[in-house]
This record gives sequence, structure tokens and C-alpha cells, in this order.
Amino acid sequence: MKRGTREYTLWSIGLFVILAASLIPVIWIASLSLKAPATIGEGGFFPTEWTFDNYESLFKGGLDSPLLRPLINSIVIALIATTIAIVLASFTAYAIARLEFPGKLLILGGALAIAMFPPISTVGPLFDMWRNLGLYDTYAGLIIPYLTFALPLAIYTLVAFFREIPFDLEEAAQVDGATPLQAFRKVIVPLAAPGMFTAAILVFIFCWNDFVFAISLTSSDASRTVPAALAFFTGESQFTAPTGNIAAAATLVTIPIIIFVLIFQRRIVAGLTAGAVKG
Amino acid sequence: MTGAAEPAASEAASPEPAPKVSDRTRSERRLAWMLCAPAVIAMLLVTAYPIGYALVLSLQEVDLRFPDEGGFVGFENYATVLSSDLWWQGLFNTLFITVVSVAIELVLGMIIALVMYRAIFGRALVRTSVLIPYGIVTVVAAFAWFFAFDPTSGFVNQLPFVADDKAWFGDRWSAMSVIIAAEVWKTTPFIALLLLAGLTTIDEGLYEAAKVDGANAWQRFWRITLPLMKPAILVALLFRTLDAFRVFDSIFVMTGGGQDTESVSIIGYNQLISRVNLGLGSAVSVLIFVLVLLIAFIYVRGFGTAIPGRERGAN
Amino acid sequence: MADIVLDGVSKRFDDGYEAVKDMDLEIKDGEFVILVGPSGCGKSTALRMIAGLEDITEGELRIGGDVVNQYAPKDRDVAMVFQNYALYPHMTVRENMAFPLKLGEVPKEEINPKVEDAAKILDLEQHLDRKPANLSGGQRQRVAMGRAIVRDPKAFLMDEPLSNLDAKLRVQMRTEVARLQKDLSTTTVYVTHDQTEAMTLGDRVAVMRSGVLQQVDTPAELYQRPRNLFVAGFIGSPAMNFMPAKLEGATVKLPFGDVRLTDEQRRALGDRDGDVIAGARPEAFEDAALVGEGRERGQTFKAKVDLVESMGSELYVYFPIESERLESKDLDELAADSGAADVPGSDVNQVVARLDPASKVQRGEEAEIWLDTTTVLFFDPQSGERLGAEQR
Ligand SMILES: Nc1ncnc2c1ncn2[C@@H]1O[C@H](COP(=O)(O)OP(=O)(O)OP(=O)(O)O)[C@@H](O)[C@H]1O
Ligand SMILES: [Mg+2]
Repeated sequence: MKRGTREYTLWSIGLFVILAASLIPVIWIASLSLKAPATIGEGGFFPTEWTFDNYESLFKGGLDSPLLRPLINSIVIALIATTIAIVLASFTAYAIARLEFPGKLLILGGALAIAMFPPISTVGPLFDMWRNLGLYDTYAGLIIPYLTFALPLAIYTLVAFFREIPFDLEEAAQVDGATPLQAFRKVIVPLAAPGMFTAAILVFIFCWNDFVFAISLTSSDASRTVPAALAFFTGESQFTAPTGNIAAAATLVTIPIIIFVLIFQRRIVAGLTAGAVKG
Repeated sequence: MTGAAEPAASEAASPEPAPKVSDRTRSERRLAWMLCAPAVIAMLLVTAYPIGYALVLSLQEVDLRFPDEGGFVGFENYATVLSSDLWWQGLFNTLFITVVSVAIELVLGMIIALVMYRAIFGRALVRTSVLIPYGIVTVVAAFAWFFAFDPTSGFVNQLPFVADDKAWFGDRWSAMSVIIAAEVWKTTPFIALLLLAGLTTIDEGLYEAAKVDGANAWQRFWRITLPLMKPAILVALLFRTLDAFRVFDSIFVMTGGGQDTESVSIIGYNQLISRVNLGLGSAVSVLIFVLVLLIAFIYVRGFGTAIPGRERGAN
Repeated sequence: MADIVLDGVSKRFDDGYEAVKDMDLEIKDGEFVILVGPSGCGKSTALRMIAGLEDITEGELRIGGDVVNQYAPKDRDVAMVFQNYALYPHMTVRENMAFPLKLGEVPKEEINPKVEDAAKILDLEQHLDRKPANLSGGQRQRVAMGRAIVRDPKAFLMDEPLSNLDAKLRVQMRTEVARLQKDLSTTTVYVTHDQTEAMTLGDRVAVMRSGVLQQVDTPAELYQRPRNLFVAGFIGSPAMNFMPAKLEGATVKLPFGDVRLTDEQRRALGDRDGDVIAGARPEAFEDAALVGEGRERGQTFKAKVDLVESMGSELYVYFPIESERLESKDLDELAADSGAADVPGSDVNQVVARLDPASKVQRGEEAEIWLDTTTVLFFDPQSGERLGAEQR
């Protein structure tokens, strides 16, 4: 394809349309968040009057502010769940990719089943169990389900990465005098680090994104995450809609995602497709 | 081989019919199980146990507003759910959203994948930009679309050819359209990336061979690309169908289930969490679970979707 | 350093395939033994069982007198060089070589001198702090060797360690491996595909075929006195020429004519008569015009030359012989391994002769060829055994 041909023009238009379609809603919500509350009703894509008021009021009042606590909750919960999920998943993925044992297929199949499992089906029982166990409206109460639902994703991604590490290396390590655990720690983990990091990003995005568990298993800002908090935002008064604030909070939680995507796009794509295609 | 040698040979083999499990194999197995145990326990704890518990709850009358009442009621909860119009309407909505959005996503995803595959410039730029909808929080996406269409804040009604006072969320079908649009926007990138990965596995030489054989672009797509991408397409479809079937966030944000737009997940949530009617809600949960199993079964049996990891799991 | 004994060792894989069958092999302390055989014959499997990377289904493996069947690889104290080297990509050359020492809990201050010694031997000193990805094929190969020699193990196990090198480097490394093994005199088991490596490197060569050990002997013995058709055909390049023959008392009918057997040949054959397979090495032939004395030891005949390949120092001449096609499983397998079975027209019985470069034979012309019949070997067409192989 050369510049100036009709084909070239067509593909360029295609590219541009895709670009615009993916970005407009994001630009829109950012633009909405910068509108002065009074001008929101005017409609219009871009603000007529630029302001950071919507952001300021989100954090007014420190820990009692509408967003600060949920933001901290979101970050802490997602980080903890991601860390545990990656550690557990890398153990499992290593066993699946490298060791021979009965029950391997069962675990892979089970993980896949969980990836397709409807979370709403477990929300009720978990709600009841957590209330009895004192986990309702706590960090642990969210970390546990996140962990579980992120595990299949992490296991599949990591298995794909582990399988790419030549088998020889581990055999070499064994002959060199390593126990299986040492072979794992000294050879596999360093080599799989990029893969583990990729899986961690995917898992983090997954936890960051959750809404069903967040609104069902929390009841206060003690553990409510941003997506849940957004749905419960109230306006300054009963008659003002919290549109600007929601837009501002939405923009804020999108920023880390955009940063991840900008820096790690290649990795994310590799991770996303590693488990699914190829086979 | 003489007749006398035969029994001797089979005798020598028979005392150890199963291959001897050496210490190494045994310790390898033990290690493998130890490594898998934490993840397996975590997964069972939050899925298998609750679904079993849901099954138990669904056979009882458990309403947390009336903690003293209750007891075993058999299939009464199921009867209540299955005889309610709300359930069937929710199921219809869910299936409608699933089928329409997955169909649109597949076509759009294919086009985007082809554009990305053929792109001579800006491939990284496009890939980055489509990843943003994928990565964005669903609730945020839902709010973005909601505010865009909401007459009190949106810009959509100011666009040409759109009535200035169209109340998008005041009517079932227009509300559903916006919900579907938001879903499509958010998840098409996932399909596109999976399909792109499938595309890149096709040997470029096949297209050249087809060109030499006189196939035009359309024939090449139809006869080579599509058949070879069937596994990738089926896997993408399976994942997306089951994912779409769980639709919850967008509806919750945009209509809260009003205007007859509730999905089965919304119904379940309302029963379980808002009305704390655990018995009835659990019946809904179990029904959703069964439906998901059914969809997965249809895909695997009907379309022969290869379960990813299966063939590699066998090593 | 230690001896290695395989005592009736067998390997059956989970799918029931028996890759190594009842293998008996004694490798003396400090000996260099080569395992050769066609692809898929179980060489790697045998080596990996010695390393402990593959379980032994049956039989006993002893290293230095200890039965090690149940030992994990790390407890066997052997070092292995892999075909694609298996260098740890995230470690520098130095770290790669130090890795086994660290795992073996060698005191820190001893590690570095050992690594540097090994690096000096292998001429790797200036590359110690580079990563494997930045090394050439030959350098990587030497790092792999280095990782094996630093720890002074009981044995070296090498699985086609030179097969990823180009032809010239391979020759160079071959001498290096030989020198290294001589200097260290560590027991070594070396798997290869390559005839030349097998013949030049080893103290003894073990020939395998479909999991069964055929013969273990010094290279010269293997070449001159192969135990059976398979070994005869596998060892030597170009391969031995096989043709049908008929023993009748003191004469043998060869396609080139009737030949009188020497007393020694006749004695070795016992009272055998009838159809046999005769084998003649390419160098048993010569241009009749160039044969001086000793002409009476052989048979002269005329043949129409199909093809002449000049190697400079020698001449390969191909000509057909008139005879029925030989029916033998061993020969079919040998043909399959060399790829000849896929070449159309390879059914025709063709003979390769290695002649003196001074020969004037021309393609397409009739030539007079001489065969030293005293070196011809005879094989049983059914069993493939060499006739007279039992009594040396
Ligand atoms: N894990 C396994 N399961 C079943 N069969 C196997 C396994 N590994 C190897 N085999 C079979 O065992 C036989 C011997 O394999 P091996 O790798 O030892 O051959 P080889 O002599 O090293 O061949 P090459 O020269 O090609 O490396 C082969 O036929 C192979 O197919
Ligand atoms: Mg091999």
C-alpha cells in the first residue's frame, strides 16, 4: 500500500474512525468534569467555563470527603488482591506448565469454568456468609472474591508465559543441583517476570473494575471502592445532580488505566491473547 | 516366537501393570498438588461452596427482614421466580442485549482487527487507543454514555438530526440501545484484539497463493481468513457471550433496571441485596448459573469450541 | 569421577512406547563413550535416564557403585551439556558457570577462582560478564561446557552438543572436547548423530537401534568387525555396499563373478552354505589399472559408471550391479534413516566405490574395477548377524 492510493486513503479513514470512536467517550467524561456545575445543563461537548471545582469538592473534608476513602480502598484492595493472586497463580501455573500430575486438566477446566462463572450467583451466599463471618463491609470481604475471580485470568496468562520458557533450562538447573523449588525461584521466576508483571496488570484492571461485589458486599465508606461510591454519590443538595462530581471521579479512576495502557500496551495485548488464542 | 515364550513374557509384564511410581514422580506430584492447593481452595471457597450454599438457600424461605420465619419450602422459590413476568422479561432483556451486542461486536471487532492488521502506520497508536475502552471501569463507561445521552447534561441531543428533547432513558428501547452501545464500545476492543491475534497466526503465504489462484479480496477473506480464524472467533464468542450475559453495571448506572430494562443479574441483585430475600434471590442465582452452564455447553458441543488450554494442558 | 553401569535398563513412556529396551552398558571410570544411532532410537532417553531427568522403568543404574535409580538429578552429581545449551538467559556467563557451584554450596571465595579457571581453559575470560544472548554460537557452546566442568562432577553427559554449530566450528569444537576430556579424564557419555564425531571422539562407541543396544566397541573394531548388518551399514560413510551372494563350498557367487574364499574366511563361516548378504566397504574397491601387487587378493570386473564425484583427495564412483533387490528389514531401516528411501530410483542396487584420485574412470563409460574380496563380510539374510561374528 502506498501513499496516495485509494486503498491507503480508505485504511487511513478506518484508522481515524477507530481512534475517534475509542477516545470520544473518554474525552467527553473528562470534558464534563471540567465544566462549572452551573453550565452542565447547557449540554455541549466542551466546557464553556473551565474549572476544577468538581475535583476539589471530591476531596473536601479529607477522609470524610466523598472520594478520598473510596480511592484509598480501591487502591489498597486492588493491590493486595493482585499480589496474592499473582503469587498463588504463579505456583499453580508453574505446576500446570511444568509438572506431571493427575488432576491437571481438572484444575485448568475448573479455572475456565470460574472465568465464566456469573458473579451474581455467588453474591447472595457470600453476602450471608460474610455477615456471619464478620467479613461484610471489610477489605478482606472484597479481596477474597476478587482474588478468586482473578485467579483463572492470572493462571491462564502465566501458564502461557511459563510454557514459553524452554524446558531445557529447568532440566539444566536440576542437573546443576537445584531442587524443583530452587529451579522455580532462580530460573523460572526471573525469566517469567515480564509475564508475571503482565498478568498483574490484567488482574489489577480486573479488580479496579469490579462493581457487583463492591456494591453487594459493602455498606459504607469503610471499604467501598470507587465504582461503588460513584453509584452512591449525592449532589451537594437534594436538588443538584452530582453529575460534575461523578465525571471528575470517573476521570480520576481512568487516569491510572490510561497510564497502564500507554506504557504497557504491548504487554497487555500479549497477556490478553496469550491464554485464549494460539492453542 | 515359540509358544513357550509367550506366557513367560506376559507374566514378566503383569506383576507391575501400572508403571512404577518412582520417588521422583511421587515427589513431583506432591509438589504439584502443594503448589495448586492454595489457588484451588480459594477458587472453591468463593464459587463452589457459595453456589452449593445458594442451592440450599433457594430451597428455603429466607428473608432477612423476617428472620423468624422460614424453613424448607422445596421448589416454591423456583416456582415463584419462573411464574413471574419480571423474570421472563429480564431473561428476554438479557438475551436481547447479549445477542445484539455480541453480533455487533463480532462484526466491528473483525473490521477493527483487519484495519489494525493491515495498518502500515499508527498500529501502536490504534492499539493503545482501543485498549482504553477495554481497561476503563465499566461503571465509568456507563456514566460517560449516560451523561452523553441524558437530556440534562448530554451533547447528543444537540447533534444534528437528533430531537433536542429526546428522553433516551424514558423509553425501554431507546434506553436499551444506549445500554447496548455502551457495552459494544467497552468490549469490542477485546474481541478485536483476540481476532487480531488469530489473524497474525495465518501464514501470509496463503494469501499470496490465493492471489495467484485468482481469488479477489472478498474471496480471500471468506475462503481463507474466516475458516482459519474459526477457533479464535469461537473462543472470543464464547467468552463474550458469557460475559454479556452477566450484564449488570451499565444497566444499574443508566436505568437502575427501570423502564423494563432489567437484566437477570439486576433482578438477582434486587432480590438478594435490596430486598434481602435470600431464598428467592438464591433461586434466581441458581437459575442464572444453570443458564450460563447451558450456554457454555451449547458452545462447546454445538460449535465445537476448543476450550483454550485443553490441548496444551495435556502436554 | 566414577564409573557408570546400566544393568538391564528399560524405559517405557506413559503412552506405552518402549524407547530403551534392556540396555546393558558398563562405562569405566574416565572413559569416553559415544552413543550413536538413527533418529528416535532412544539415545537421548538413555542419557536422560543417566542424568535423572527421566525415570527408569526397569533395571538398575549405578554411578560410582551406588544405585541411583531413585536419586533426583541434583543428587547424582553429573553435569549435562544440552543440545541447545540451555544457558540461563538472565544470568551473565560468570553467573551461569557459578550457578551449579552456588547450588552446591561451595564457599563464596572458592567460586570465582573456579569459574575463572574454567573460563581460561575454554578461552572465555573476556566474555565472563556478558549475557548469553550476546554470544556467538561457538561461545555459547563453550559456556555450556564451562558450566559442566566447573564443578568437577562424576560424569559429563552431552546430548548432541555440537549439532547446532556450523560445519567448521563443529570440527574445531570436536577437537576441543576431545582435549578437554583427555585433560580432565572425567567419565563422559556423549550422544551424537554424527559418524565422524562418533568415530573420532570416543574410546568406545555404542550403537543403538530402536531402543536396543547393538554393539559396543572401539571405533576400529566397530568398523572392521561389525556384529550385524545394521552396525555395518550405520558405521562408515559412504555406507557399506550390500549385495546378494551365494556360498557354495569354497567359492562365493557375487554379482561380479565367482570368488574363492580365503581359508580364514571359510573358517569363520563354518559350514554355512546358500544365500547370504555380502558387504563391501567403498574403499575395498579400486581402479583395476591402479592396482599393483596384491591383485590376486581380489576380483576384477567391468561396470558402467553412473556417476563420478570427485572430493579431491578421493573419488567416489557409483555403478549399478545386476542382482535382485535385497529384502531385509535392517537395510530398509538404514535406507530410511539416511533418507535414501525417499529418493526415487534408490531401489536399483547401486554400489559406491572409493577410488584413488589418479583414476581415469569417466561417467557413462565402462570401467574396470577391482574388489579386494578378502575384506568382504557376510551376513545372515534373516537375522542380519554377521557370519562368524561370534568367534573373533
Ligand atoms: N515423553 C515421551 N513420551 C513418549 N514417547 C517418547 C517421549 N519422549 C521420547 N519418546 C519416544 O522415544 C523414542 C526415543 O526418543 P529419543 O529422544 O531418545 O531419541 P534420540 O535417539 O535422541 O533421537 P534424536 O537423534 O532424534 O534426538 C522416540 O521414538 C520418541 O518418539
Ligand atoms: Mg536426541
